[in-house]
Amino acid sequence: MTLNQLTAHEVVDSIKKKKITACEVMQDIFNQIDKVDNLIKAFLVINREEALKQAKKIDTKVKNGEELPPLAGVAVAIKDIITTQGTETTCGSKILKGFIPPYNATVINRLKEAGAIIIGKTNMDEFAMGSSTENSAFGPTHNPWDLERVPGGSSGGSAAAVAADETFVALGTDTGGSIRQPASFCGMVGLKPTYGRVSRYGLVAYASSLDQIGPITKDVTDCALMMNAISGHDNMDSTSVNLEIPDYLKSCQAGIKDLKIGVPKEYFIEGIDPEIKDALYRALKIFEKLGAKVEEVSLPHTEYSLPTYYLIATAEASSNLARYDGVQYGYRAEEYEDLSSMYQKTRSEGFGSEVKRRIMLGTYALSSGYYDAYYLKAQKVRTLIKEGFDKAFTKYDILVTPVSPTPAFKMNEKVSDPLTMYLSDIYTSPINLAGLPAISINCGYSKNNLPIGLQIIGKHFSEETILRAAFNFEQNNDVGKRKPLIKPAKYKEAAE
Amino acid sequence: MKEEVVIGLEIHIQLMTKAKIFCHCSTDYIGKEPNTNTCPVCLGLPGSLPVLNKKVLEFAVRTSVALNCKINQVSRFHRKNYFYPDLPKAYQISQYDTPLGINGYMEISLSESKEKRKIRITRVHIEEDAGKLVHEGDITSSSYSLADYNRCGIPLAEIVTEPDFRSPEEAQIFLVKLRSIVQHLGVCDGNMEEGSMRCDANISLRDAKTGALGTKVEIKNINSFKAVKKALQFEVDRQKRLLAEGEKIIQETRHWNESKFITISMRSKEEAHDYRYFPEPDLLPLKVDLKMVDKIRKNLPELPEARRKRFIKDYQIPEYDAEILTSSKSLGDYYERAASLYTDKKVLSNWIMGELLHNLNEEKKEIEYSPISSESLVGMLNLMDKGVISGKMAKDVFEKMFKTGKEASQIVKESGVTQITDENELIKIVDKVINENPKSVDDYNQGKEKALNYLVGQVMRHTKGRAKPDFVFAAIKQRIKKL
Repeated sequence: MTLNQLTAHEVVDSIKKKKITACEVMQDIFNQIDKVDNLIKAFLVINREEALKQAKKIDTKVKNGEELPPLAGVAVAIKDIITTQGTETTCGSKILKGFIPPYNATVINRLKEAGAIIIGKTNMDEFAMGSSTENSAFGPTHNPWDLERVPGGSSGGSAAAVAADETFVALGTDTGGSIRQPASFCGMVGLKPTYGRVSRYGLVAYASSLDQIGPITKDVTDCALMMNAISGHDNMDSTSVNLEIPDYLKSCQAGIKDLKIGVPKEYFIEGIDPEIKDALYRALKIFEKLGAKVEEVSLPHTEYSLPTYYLIATAEASSNLARYDGVQYGYRAEEYEDLSSMYQKTRSEGFGSEVKRRIMLGTYALSSGYYDAYYLKAQKVRTLIKEGFDKAFTKYDILVTPVSPTPAFKMNEKVSDPLTMYLSDIYTSPINLAGLPAISINCGYSKNNLPIGLQIIGKHFSEETILRAAFNFEQNNDVGKRKPLIKPAKYKEAAE
Repeated sequence: MKEEVVIGLEIHIQLMTKAKIFCHCSTDYIGKEPNTNTCPVCLGLPGSLPVLNKKVLEFAVRTSVALNCKINQVSRFHRKNYFYPDLPKAYQISQYDTPLGINGYMEISLSESKEKRKIRITRVHIEEDAGKLVHEGDITSSSYSLADYNRCGIPLAEIVTEPDFRSPEEAQIFLVKLRSIVQHLGVCDGNMEEGSMRCDANISLRDAKTGALGTKVEIKNINSFKAVKKALQFEVDRQKRLLAEGEKIIQETRHWNESKFITISMRSKEEAHDYRYFPEPDLLPLKVDLKMVDKIRKNLPELPEARRKRFIKDYQIPEYDAEILTSSKSLGDYYERAASLYTDKKVLSNWIMGELLHNLNEEKKEIEYSPISSESLVGMLNLMDKGVISGKMAKDVFEKMFKTGKEASQIVKESGVTQITDENELIKIVDKVINENPKSVDDYNQGKEKALNYLVGQVMRHTKGRAKPDFVFAAIKQRIKKL
C-alpha cells in the first residue's frame, strides 16, 4: 500500500507518531497523480514545488518537536472556483484563462493555518454549471470507477481526485448538489454545509444565495476534520453566521439511538433507478438497527424545487457573471469595433454553451415584465420549500434521501439534453434552496460496481447531527468499502 | 396653451466616511495615481464580497433625518445591472424598492417673493459610486479609453425629490440649501465641480389650466451650481419652443454640455436600460436600530435654517445677510470666526458678502481657499477703525491682501501709505484748498451744499486719499465759518 491511499486522519496520526514524513506522503501523492491523472484528468493546476516546500516545513516542525496543526501534511485539492493567491483560478472557463487572483479565499487561509498542503486546482463544470464536469473548457474529468463515465459535477475534479487517491481531501462547492452528487458518483463523502457556516469569500459566485464551500473526503472522520478547519464566521462575508463551531470530530462519537429519521416520499419519483432505491432501503434498515426511528414524511413542494432552483440560480448567475466583460482581466476578444462589440465577442467566445444558456435564462427571469412571474414567484416557492423542511424538522432530526436518481452515467449521454441533465439535481437542489446542511455518503454499489450515495439532511447549523448519523452508518455499513480499480486498458479499448 | 414648468431633482452626494462603502479602501481618491486606491472588493474581482461600512449607514441616516424623512427600519440593497467599463462588477449595489429614507421634505424660501415652498423628498438611499473613464481627447472621437477604479465604492447617498419645482431658480435655491445642509451635517463637502455632489433633473411642461402632464426629459451631467439654472432654463426653453412649433417632446435622456451651453440627446426611451433590479444576495437586509436613529436625531448639528435665525438674533444682521452667510458651512464658519473678533457685525457681513465673495467668485474659489482669513480681514478692519487707513484705502489694501495673501498691516507698512492723522497738517491743506477755490466757498455760503463736496474732493486729491473724510468735512465747514 502507498501512503496516498490513507485517509487524512491516518496521515496526520502517522506523521505525528513519526511513522512517516510529510515529504514521503507528498512523494506518493505526486506519484499517483503522475500515474493516473492523464486518465482521470482531475487537475487543472498542480503545485508540486510549493507542496514539497510546505511538506518540508512540517517535517522540520516534527523534528523540532513542535506541536502540529490538525491537518499537518494533508494534501488538499481545491476546486478551481476558489481563489488561490498567485495560482491561476479559471472556474473551468476560457474567459478566466490566465486569471491569477491576488488574494486567497478565506477557506484557503484557514486550511493553510491548519497545516494542510494545497497540491492543486481541480477541474469542474464551467462556473459550476453542470452535473458531469463535461462543461469544462479544459476537457472532461473521468470517473475513476469507470473511465467512460462522468464523475458527476460540478465538483467532478475534486471528487475524482479523492476517489483516485490523488489527494486525501478536496474542497468542492455546492449550489444545487455540486458536492454531493459527484461525491456519490465517486463513492466519497461530500458535505454541503448550512448556508452561512463556511465563508464564501473567495468563492467565485455562481448563485450567491445558494453557493457553499464544503469538503469531499474518503470518510466521515476526514469530513469532520475538514469542517473543523473551514467553518466559522468571517468578517469578509456578510452572509457568514457568527455561531460557535462545535468540535465535529467529537460529535461523530455519540450514537444515534432514538434519532428520528424522516424519509420524504416525494423523493421516490418515477425514473429512480431500482438499484438506488434498494440501496437506500437497505441503508435505512441499518439506521433502524442502530436504534433510530424511521418514518415516511411528506415534503409537499418537492416537485417545484427544480424549476425554482433553475430560476433563482440562473437569475443570480446572470448578474454574477456579467463582470466577465473583457475589461479588467481574463479573456478579451482579439478583434472588435467598439465597446459593445468587445462585450459581445468576448462573452460569445469566452463562455461555453451551458453558461450562455443559463445567463440567458436568468436575464430573462429578471427582465422587466417577467420579474414577477419568474424570479419573484420562484422566491415565494423557495419560502414554501423552506417551510416544508421546517415543518418536517419539527418531527424529525434528520431526513434521509437518495443523492441522485441514478449512479454515474456515461459521458456524452446527457450533454445534448440539458433538461435530463438538470434532473441530476432533483434530490439535492431543494436543500440549497432551504439553506440546509446535507451530507452524501456511500451506501453501496450497483451491479456494475458503481458507487451509490445516500443523502442525510439536517436542520440549519446541525452539521454535528448529520456527521454523527453518517459516521454511525459508515461504521456499521455491511457492504464494505471498495476502492476503484483504474483500468486504462478498458478505457483505451472503448476509446478506440 | 399656457405651460407650467415641472422639475424634479436626483442628487448624489459622496459621503465623507473614511473608508469606502464595502471595503477598507480610503475615500480620499482625488489626485491619486489611477487604480492605486483599490482592493479586490472595490475592483469587483471574482470571489470578492461586499461588507457594509456601518459609518455609511450612520451618515445616510443623518442625511435622511435632516431632510425630515421617515427611516425604514428594514431596507434592502438591490443590484442594478448594466454593462459599462467603469462598473467593474457590471452591477451597482444600490437600493430600490425599500430605500433607507422616505417621505421627507425641505423648505426653501424664494429669493424675490420671499415665499416659502415645501419641496417633498421622495427618498434617500445608499449606493456605491463607479469608477471613471479617461478618454484620449473627446469621448466621441477617442480611439481608446482608460479605466480608473479609484472612485469605485465611494459611498453615495441619492436624494430624490418630488417634481415640486416650478422654475429653474427654485431648483437652484434648493440645491444650494441642500449643499449647506449636508455640509453642516458633515456628511459631504458639497463640491459640485469635483463631483462630490452631482445633480440630474427631470423636466416637463404641463398645461397650467388642465394640469395635464407633459413628456419628461432627463438631464444629466449638470456639474456646477451655475450650470443647474442654465441647463434647466435651456431645457425649459427648448421644450417650449418645440411645443410652440407643434412638435412633440420625446422621452429621453439628455446630456448638459457645459462648454456649448446646450443639452444633447443621449438615449431615447426605447434605448433605456432594463436594469434587472433584484435583491443583493451578498448583503443581509439593512436593519436600522431605532435607538440609533433617535440618537442621531438628538445629536444633529445646527443646520443652516437654525444658524440663519441665530445669526439674525445674535449678530443683529438683516435676514438677507444671514441667508447668504449660511448658504455654505464654511462661509458661516468664516463669518462666525470673524464676528468673534470684531464688534460691528454688519460691517463684517458687508465686507464678506461684498468684497470677499466678489473676489472669490472672480477667481472661482470657494471660501475654504480664501487667501484672506477671518483674522486677517478683522486686522484690516481694525486698521480702518484706528484711522490708519481710510475706507477707500481699505478697498485697495483688501485687493492687495487677496492677491498676495499678506496681512493688511504689512501691506500698509510696505507701501507707506497711511491715513494722515496729524490734524494740524490736514488743517493746513484745508486752508490751502479754501484759498485756491474762492468760487466754491462763495457757492457754499450761498447754500449750495454740493460745493462742499467739491472742496472735500480737492482735499482728498491733495492728500492722495489719505485724509479722514469725516474730519475734512467738518474742518472745511468750520474754516469757512471762520472766514
